[in-house]
Amino acid sequence: MLTVRDIHVSYGGIRALKGVSLRVEKGEIVTIIGANGAGKSTLLNAISGFLRLGSGDILYQDKPLPKRPDRVVRAGICHVPEGRLVFANLTVEDNLRMGAYLRRDKAAIAADLEKVFGLFPRLKERQRQIAGTLSGGEQQMLAMGRALMTDGDLVLMDEPSLGLAPLLVQTVFDIILEIRALGKTILLVEQNAYKALDAADRAYVLEQGRIVKEGPAAEVKADPSVRAAYLGTESNQAG
Amino acid sequence: MSSYTLGILMLAGINLVAVLGLSLLTGFTGLFSFGHAGFMAIGAYVGAFLTVSPARDIPGLGLPLIVGVLGGGAAAGLVSWLVGRITLNLKGDYFCIATLGFGEATRLVFNNVQRFGGSRGWPLGATRDMGDIWIILAVDVVAVILVANLVKSRHGRNMIAIREEELASQVTGIDVFRYKMVSLVISAILAGAAGVLLGNYLTFINPKIFNLTKSTELIIIVIFGGLGSISGSVLGALLLTALPEVLRFFEIWRLVFYGAAVILIMISRPQGLLGGMELTPSGIRKILAERRARLALRAEAARETAEGGSR
Repeated sequence: MLTVRDIHVSYGGIRALKGVSLRVEKGEIVTIIGANGAGKSTLLNAISGFLRLGSGDILYQDKPLPKRPDRVVRAGICHVPEGRLVFANLTVEDNLRMGAYLRRDKAAIAADLEKVFGLFPRLKERQRQIAGTLSGGEQQMLAMGRALMTDGDLVLMDEPSLGLAPLLVQTVFDIILEIRALGKTILLVEQNAYKALDAADRAYVLEQGRIVKEGPAAEVKADPSVRAAYLGTESNQAG
Repeated sequence: MSSYTLGILMLAGINLVAVLGLSLLTGFTGLFSFGHAGFMAIGAYVGAFLTVSPARDIPGLGLPLIVGVLGGGAAAGLVSWLVGRITLNLKGDYFCIATLGFGEATRLVFNNVQRFGGSRGWPLGATRDMGDIWIILAVDVVAVILVANLVKSRHGRNMIAIREEELASQVTGIDVFRYKMVSLVISAILAGAAGVLLGNYLTFINPKIFNLTKSTELIIIVIFGGLGSISGSVLGALLLTALPEVLRFFEIWRLVFYGAAVILIMISRPQGLLGGMELTPSGIRKILAERRARLALRAEAARETAEGGSR
């Protein structure tokens, strides 16, 4: 579905991605794990067209992916940005409707809105509330819901569990599985490697702008060097 | 009306044209520019070239003022498009610095164009025609209608979304670059038109008129009037153009008092005179409804505290 071939991205004189290749097949959850500053968010931002590629190319459904952010959304890739970033002055419902900005099919938009409310009952309860007054976890759900409203097939998620209470982290990962069950494909960037590897089918390990390991999530999780660098012991990560 | 008062009114009307453009860019799209005097300069010089009589020392084409206004606005809009191509991808503060650089560079270019008088300036005509107030008012009305309708349209909502949360706008599929560009070009066209009117009013232009102080004055008016408010911009342009004149009483100290007055008002109303509000019938109804809701909330809180105390 998505093929990233040998992309290089640099900004501000820093070479953030030095030849990254990966692929995501339809219906998969693929995770990219790695330390802070490894280039995980840069990779998602490059796919979404926020950053210009130095070289390399990105194919989506066997066609070159457009390079402008709005056209990437139109092509069917939706991005849940890090740090949530909702429209703080709009209501929850209006935020979700903003997700359907490019769509004209009113009936399908209404159906998707119900689908999102089904997935996130909290958002339905707070439908008329101003988004800026939501808790961090609720804003994360809103950002996910808004992405689903674009009706894209591939969802890019940037650190969805960042800064959330442990209980909510579990909820977020449960929701990621539910989103896949809706028929979406997910490319997930996470620092919480343990949880991400549990949820994912396949994983890539990104280190200083390069993929250093890839494979089925269970294999990556069992890899001794990955365990040492990103997982620690299971007992102190499980919460 | 004395010609003195009329003169101040004309200046306020001219400022308003530029301020409305900047209000769209800064108040509704969230892009701060410290270079709009540059667009005014381009407008002023192109306008002068179109309107100055061929018989003068530094000749022009001798066309009517309205042609100058349209031509000056178009020229500034065209230049802003080129500037936007290279600067609009810059993030907030960097865009702001880039516009500052553009404004100063433009002034220095005109400083060195001898055909237009260079740094000595360009005498445009013999006398000021007070009847031009009608042209100024007409341009004001057109500008208000244009900007007011734009911000209510789908295009305007896109701009407001970009102001509120740029990245979120991007991930919902808004063409952020395009709407920033539309906003910049319209604001530059209005600044250019204002430049033509200013030259015509002063009957003389030189590059120094369009320095950083002029750009700053425009942005102060926009912020003073209130970001995201067209009526605020109108009120701000009127008040802040008249204020230095009212303060003439203080002679050489008047600009100190001008600064102090602006600081005092910004401290007491950080959102500006009418930040986010409009003095239209529906806007006023909205302000009143919000006020009622706030008072009701406060009354409820007071009642709860009282009940808590009696328990």
